[in-house]
Amino acid sequence: MTASAATRVEIRDCAKTYAGGARALLPTSLAVEPGEVLALLGPSGCGKTTLLRVVAGLVAPDAGGRVRFNDDDVTARPIETRGVGMVFQHYALFPQMTVEANIGYGLRVRGVPEAERRRRVGELVDLVRLGGLEQRRPEQLSGGQKQRVALARAVALEPRVLLLDEPLTALDAKLKVALREELADLLRRLSITAIHVTHDQEEAMAIADRLAVMRAGAIVQVGAAEALYRDPADPFVAEFLGRVNRIVRTPEDQAAGVVRLGPTVVACPAALARQREVLVRPEDLAVQPAPADSHAAARIEQRVFLGDRLHLRVQVDGQPPILLDVPSRGAHAIGDRVTIVLDPARLMRAGP
Amino acid sequence: MSEQRPAPILFAITLAVSVFTVAPMLVSVAAGLVNNYSVGARSGYTLRWLAEVWSQYGSTAWNSIALALACVACGVAVGVPCAYALARSRTRAARAFEELITLPVAVPGLATALALILAYGEWRDFRQSFAFVFVGHAVFTLPFMVRTVAAAFAHDDLVALEEAARSLGASFVQRFLGVLVPAVLPSIVAGSLMVFTLSIGEFNLTWMLHTPLTRTLPVGLADSYASARLEIGSAYTLIFFMVVLPALWLMQWLATFLGPRTGRPAP
Repeated sequence: MTASAATRVEIRDCAKTYAGGARALLPTSLAVEPGEVLALLGPSGCGKTTLLRVVAGLVAPDAGGRVRFNDDDVTARPIETRGVGMVFQHYALFPQMTVEANIGYGLRVRGVPEAERRRRVGELVDLVRLGGLEQRRPEQLSGGQKQRVALARAVALEPRVLLLDEPLTALDAKLKVALREELADLLRRLSITAIHVTHDQEEAMAIADRLAVMRAGAIVQVGAAEALYRDPADPFVAEFLGRVNRIVRTPEDQAAGVVRLGPTVVACPAALARQREVLVRPEDLAVQPAPADSHAAARIEQRVFLGDRLHLRVQVDGQPPILLDVPSRGAHAIGDRVTIVLDPARLMRAGP
Repeated sequence: MSEQRPAPILFAITLAVSVFTVAPMLVSVAAGLVNNYSVGARSGYTLRWLAEVWSQYGSTAWNSIALALACVACGVAVGVPCAYALARSRTRAARAFEELITLPVAVPGLATALALILAYGEWRDFRQSFAFVFVGHAVFTLPFMVRTVAAAFAHDDLVALEEAARSLGASFVQRFLGVLVPAVLPSIVAGSLMVFTLSIGEFNLTWMLHTPLTRTLPVGLADSYASARLEIGSAYTLIFFMVVLPALWLMQWLATFLGPRTGRPAP
């Protein structure tokens, strides 16, 4: 079932302006490499779904925008002949058809002979492990099963590109975690070029090879999950991918080339020297008991035990509340005076 | 959780309203079965009025049923595609058209009928045929089908279903007949039931449009009330029930039968 040669998707200067002037998408360019899974990640209204629909052929980009699959300019092609498979947010399974008929629908409308169709549907049923459920109708399936039918139906015609529109949003939290790993495995096995739209950063990280974080109709940053998490382009990306602390630097700190967090003072890395604020992830901080004579020490204001870690909120003079994730066996109590251990190598820039 | 307490006063009110509503029907039906209404039950019961009505007006029953079925057919053939077009179009013209086809519901049937007669009354063969009455009924019943089905087509789920079918390469005809119509079939059945019911009972438009040879059940009913004995009019009511109720039950059964079986494999 693997696509013989995966497709490269190239989006060039695609914008979308709706009647009335609303700009859903600013001119956007992006390439998805053959066999790559790319996540479009962002809050609702950021333009990620519009961009997906431009690639699908459901939305025509404004004049000048082009979509290419390898050397084939598909901009003018409607979705029917574009060769894309699509998984919809609520699956959009045909309610009156069985699992088998849903998966085989694309083959049937293309006039694939019955015997061939049966064989292919059988393969797909095995691929998504739905054996025994072929004759059920969608209403008789669980959320996870529906999701698999939708996926099998979308890849049945061996599309050049697979488009996933919030494929796991309709599921409950536990199932979501199990299914996103399954989905990631399946996409690797199919080695199909895929674009995956989601607002859930964990889902994007679990499924995609690269993430494109979007905001207000534009892509803010593209890269592998780890690169974006460790070196975000701006606080929006940093905050969208996980929790983050802002540490404010006074002009004196900037002049002295240091970052100060209460009594903790570290040398500021050269790359961040001009930053008025720097960012640091909660898990990159640690705490130590403060010396007894310290007046400027930080104070623990909140302590939440989360099993695998301890979540602390610490108040430091001159700073917004600082969040820390520390090993859960640490003996920390609300009101304890502590000093924060800051590793300069873990600091991230807050601006360009 | 507090359990609902029985309220005797509400029960009494409900019972009173029910009796008040049902009594005229029962009285009317009984009046059609007694020998002499002014004497009452003492005059004995008979089926002779029923037989008389059936011999005089029996043909109107078939006329009405045929007319109602024709309206349903017209609703399905014209109304369903029209509903789809309206549900998918966001233009101002489409909204205006939707208002326009609803107009015959608000305008008195007499006015609609008068307009039809003024416009087409000179076309004698058309004027004297059932087609003339059918046009009136179709104009009146179509909006009920269109509105019901358009609401179903406009649903987000249906939009996604259509996009899914498109992404799998289905042509317009393939997705319309294979995916969309089966998915809105419950609404089409509901609309058909409404169209059938409205056409069967339609009086004021039909009364203006009919000729002595193109009478429907309600027109015949008015005729018998106006011109024959009270017993005959009442027997006519009974006939009306006997014709309409089985037809309605059949349509209702069809609706519940089709409900869970909405559709078959795509073409």
